[in-house]
Amino acid sequence: MMQLLLLIFEFFKIGLFAIGGGLATLPFLYDLTVTHPDWVNRSQLLDMVAVSESTPGALGVNMATYVGNVIAGPLGGVATTIGLVMPSVIIIVIVARFLEKFKDSPVVQNVFYGIRPASIGLIMAAAFVVIKEALMDIPLFRETGSFTDLFKIKSIIFGIILYIGMVKFKKHPVLYIAIAAVVGNIIVF
Amino acid sequence: MKELLKLYWVFCKMGAVCFGGGYAMLPIIQAEIVDKRGWAETEEIMDYYAIGQCTPGVIAVNTSTFIGNKRAGIPGAIAATAGFVTPSIIIIMIISTLLQSFAHITYVERAFSGIRICVAVLIINATVKLWKSAVKDKIGLALCLAVFALSAFTDISPVVFIIGSGLAGYFICKWKGAKK
Repeated sequence: MMQLLLLIFEFFKIGLFAIGGGLATLPFLYDLTVTHPDWVNRSQLLDMVAVSESTPGALGVNMATYVGNVIAGPLGGVATTIGLVMPSVIIIVIVARFLEKFKDSPVVQNVFYGIRPASIGLIMAAAFVVIKEALMDIPLFRETGSFTDLFKIKSIIFGIILYIGMVKFKKHPVLYIAIAAVVGNIIVF
Repeated sequence: MKELLKLYWVFCKMGAVCFGGGYAMLPIIQAEIVDKRGWAETEEIMDYYAIGQCTPGVIAVNTSTFIGNKRAGIPGAIAATAGFVTPSIIIIMIISTLLQSFAHITYVERAFSGIRICVAVLIINATVKLWKSAVKDKIGLALCLAVFALSAFTDISPVVFIIGSGLAGYFICKWKGAKK
């Protein structure tokens, strides 16, 4: 019981200080391997990053569940996840109240006039990282210096076909993800 | 109660298919929350994302909390968040007990080489849609491109961009107002 409370507390702290999404929890988890070496070690964490990226759900939540599970079984997994999301829920509910109250104030509207395009810029930057990973081969390009090696042609063609399919048929994203998983096994990218 | 169960279920489904972290959730939110159910406007989702990036915690959880709170207050926020994390908890527990090296199975690796491409395209598609509602004039375009370039090629925290652009928005509007 004590251990579960301690888990909730440690992950509450991580949830409170990790600003900017799932990967931001990583340095804090590394820190755990130092402060609580009996809980989890660094190589376990690295394995887990790979698993987290291959399973659905937010990276931070997946990592918390995994660490909790390793330390104290299924209950531990639930405890760490509750700890991690608690600060978010509390803070967002407060922020939402505030926004609701001041939604029509010119100050808030002017602030969001600046934030909305910036937010899109951040999303584009994140998209750029994903695109680099999925459609380009920068290490190979550095090695050979040939532009035909910079782009993964097969992947780009498949990406274009997917894009056309999305724009034309407007189906649920899950369908395209499922198709991509199957195609990935037929054509090796 | 029915509303809470519905929130829980909708977010549970979203949590089960959101591969690749917070940004990958965007196209799924757009399809499920904006297009299919009309629970929020595209602009609101953008605002939630922006706030989610400069408040602590996982972005996907922050966004779930926002939408749940909007639909049904604090119980709604909890229901949506609980729904979103449920699939993660179940899947991770199964994997961490049964398969230590799940990520290294050939089929999984290959499936993910395909899924990664799909997620990239889904995010591009979502960005194109958001673009229309977020970038409305030249100032917006300039802000957007500046943030994109700085964020893509430096390690500056998103918090800095959100706060900076909020201040910029405030002063630009004030200056415009003064000119009139």
